[in-house]
Amino acid sequence: MSLFGFHYRLERKAIGLTIGIIAAASVGGLVEIAPLFTIHQTVEDAPGMRVYTPLELAGRNIYIREGCYACHSQMIRTLRDDVDRYGPYSLAVESKYDHPMLWGSKRTGPDLARIGEKYSDQWHVAHLNNPRDVVPVSVMPAYGWLLATELRTDDLDLHLKAQRRVGVPYTNDMIANAAMDAYAQSNPDSPQADGVTKRYGKATTMRAFDGLPSKLTEMDALVAYLQVLGRLTDAAHKSLATAEARQ
Amino acid sequence: MIAQLTLIERQHAILISAAVALLGFLMMLAGRDDPMGAHGALIFVVSILMIFRIGGSYYAPPPSDDRLKHYYDDPSKVGIVISMMWAVVGLGVGDWVAWQLVNPDLTFGTGWSSFGRLRPVHTTSVIFGFGGNALIATSFYVLQRTSRARLPDQVSPWFVLFGYNLFCLLAVTGYLMGITQSKEYAEPEWYTDIWLVVVWVTYFILYLRTLARRKEPHIYVSNWYYMAFILVVAILHIVNNLAVPVSLGHAKSYSAFSGVQDAMTQWWYGHNAVAFFLTAGFLGMMYYFLPMRAGRPIYSYRMSIISFWGITFFYMWAGSHHLHYTALPQWVQTLGMTFSLMLLIPSWASAGNVLLTLNGAWDKVRDDATLRFMMVAGVFYGLATFEGSFMAIRSVNSLSHYTDWTVGHVHVGALGWVAMITFGSIYACVPWLWKRERMYSTKLVEAHFWLALSGTVIYIFAMWNSGIIQGLMWRTYTDSGTLAYSFVDTLVAMHPYYIARAVGGLLFLIGGCLGAYNIWKTITVPGVTSEHASDLPQPALAGALHAAAE
Repeated sequence: MSLFGFHYRLERKAIGLTIGIIAAASVGGLVEIAPLFTIHQTVEDAPGMRVYTPLELAGRNIYIREGCYACHSQMIRTLRDDVDRYGPYSLAVESKYDHPMLWGSKRTGPDLARIGEKYSDQWHVAHLNNPRDVVPVSVMPAYGWLLATELRTDDLDLHLKAQRRVGVPYTNDMIANAAMDAYAQSNPDSPQADGVTKRYGKATTMRAFDGLPSKLTEMDALVAYLQVLGRLTDAAHKSLATAEARQ
Repeated sequence: MIAQLTLIERQHAILISAAVALLGFLMMLAGRDDPMGAHGALIFVVSILMIFRIGGSYYAPPPSDDRLKHYYDDPSKVGIVISMMWAVVGLGVGDWVAWQLVNPDLTFGTGWSSFGRLRPVHTTSVIFGFGGNALIATSFYVLQRTSRARLPDQVSPWFVLFGYNLFCLLAVTGYLMGITQSKEYAEPEWYTDIWLVVVWVTYFILYLRTLARRKEPHIYVSNWYYMAFILVVAILHIVNNLAVPVSLGHAKSYSAFSGVQDAMTQWWYGHNAVAFFLTAGFLGMMYYFLPMRAGRPIYSYRMSIISFWGITFFYMWAGSHHLHYTALPQWVQTLGMTFSLMLLIPSWASAGNVLLTLNGAWDKVRDDATLRFMMVAGVFYGLATFEGSFMAIRSVNSLSHYTDWTVGHVHVGALGWVAMITFGSIYACVPWLWKRERMYSTKLVEAHFWLALSGTVIYIFAMWNSGIIQGLMWRTYTDSGTLAYSFVDTLVAMHPYYIARAVGGLLFLIGGCLGAYNIWKTITVPGVTSEHASDLPQPALAGALHAAAE
């Protein structure tokens, strides 16, 4: 019986077609996605990698809310000009704690994977407030209201809990102190500041990101997030160094 | 419309609306400190309005059994009207954001009017609002006629249509409030996603129930595509949207996957939303309305089998071409590229089938703008699929990725293929549905055609230029081995093309508005009535479409 003869009979059966469609459409995903969870080399090891602080996580959520990912990628490709322009190419491990990832698909603006600490906090605040004040030909929208909007912190513990449920290793201590840590990170002179470095490491950036230590704004959170991009682990710099050493 | 429902059906409709109203009320309570509360209120208000609307006609005389001799076309009619409303909104917002890239201060200085929030409003309105409603409306129309069977009941099609539009409404209003998962084309949050699953399952069951009643032994090609569209979109939607909400009172959720696995899942979804929403569904539309309008059977039955199974199998492998040179393992990238190239075969088999079906009817293509819409759609389908395979090649992708070339490519497909086949099918379908001899104004159809075609051509040439220029500037080195252009230099170079793109989009939008006006006039101005042959369950209709098969 020919293939078309078989089809001639198959197309008389609604359930047959249904099963056929599901079977044909399932193979690709099973072959390409399932192994990514099981093959160990897919994600590199980065022993010293830290998690986002509550403030940085809140900033990341603002980044998502405002749709920044529509114009900015966070993925430096293994291409010479990408590396020369933005820094060492991105490793899979660097977005290990990114639920969801923000690799992006379009660079209407530049890549941000390694934007952390490239510019000062003041630059970021001025730029977000009105991009054309610092980059005259920029086509980015102005985000003036971030500086005036207070950050919601009362539910940050719930955010950390949900993150832990999807696999990010937040400790009970981190969850219990989430709101306080968010406040303290942008208020380095406060007595609670020590707690942040204790929980998230000495390298955690502690600054009044928006220049106003007395007030915790959405600008604080977003700038804190931008300043940590590419800095949760130095694995990418290390792999570049070993590659150069081998040459 | 409600007069067509039996008393039991009116009761069911009220009960369902009341259940949805209750859900909305609970969401309003649980999410009172969160944007989710606003969505609860919206759901509550919409379903209460629905109850009043049905209740207002509750005591209207029940319909006669005569209705069962005709196909049930009311949901298709309403679906087409809603589809055109979304088209105007979606194209309008699209052009607005296009002008924002020319002048970034074209906002109201508020969060909701900034590019990042409006962009998903544009994509969701055109893909899910305009495209999705057109698919649902035409699928009911085509399913009944190719099966020679009436829809099995008169409530579930309404549930599918209105439930789906509630999904679209929640999605779009959510973005404006900042509710988004950030996954492209899957932005709505968890509760909206769950709601869509309920609607979608009802949709597929309705499809199977109607097919079970069919008097035609064979299931026509269009229905294979519509079935693939419903089934595979369900699989993609459920897997890609797996997430843990912050709490039952929070709109915000965190994706179950992270990093590289999340990226692969997202683009497996993203690319196949293109395949099974924007391709399979619309091929289903094409396989019915093109041969009906041209008065010729589909050229090759075997080509339609090859392309159907080719598309269903190959497409699901292709998503990883969105992640070339990234941290995704190279073997997955290579698989994605390979299957993207193989996809050209089934894609061109479909495009070829379109054009060869028209062989012998070219005089009609010349005279009839409706058929010309469909012909041009076929050509753009061929172009878009060729370009897609080409851009999936790693070395080409290294230039095109992250640039406007991708945006141009998407719009070859979206404007040239999806919108054109939809407008063509709607212009064919509206006079048949409302029993008119023709559209209110054939001149307006002609004007719409030329506006749509010129708008598309201007748009894609602008984006090809802008994208290739930007890609080349990014990789240009000086003699001393440093990068020749800063990122800001490329912005300056792209500015004129952004203006051209916005003008092209404006032409397309004007065409869409003319279409909406023309359709509205066809419906509301009493014209010459004519009974279309396919309105009554007749034998041999699906057979005629298949004539070339045996």
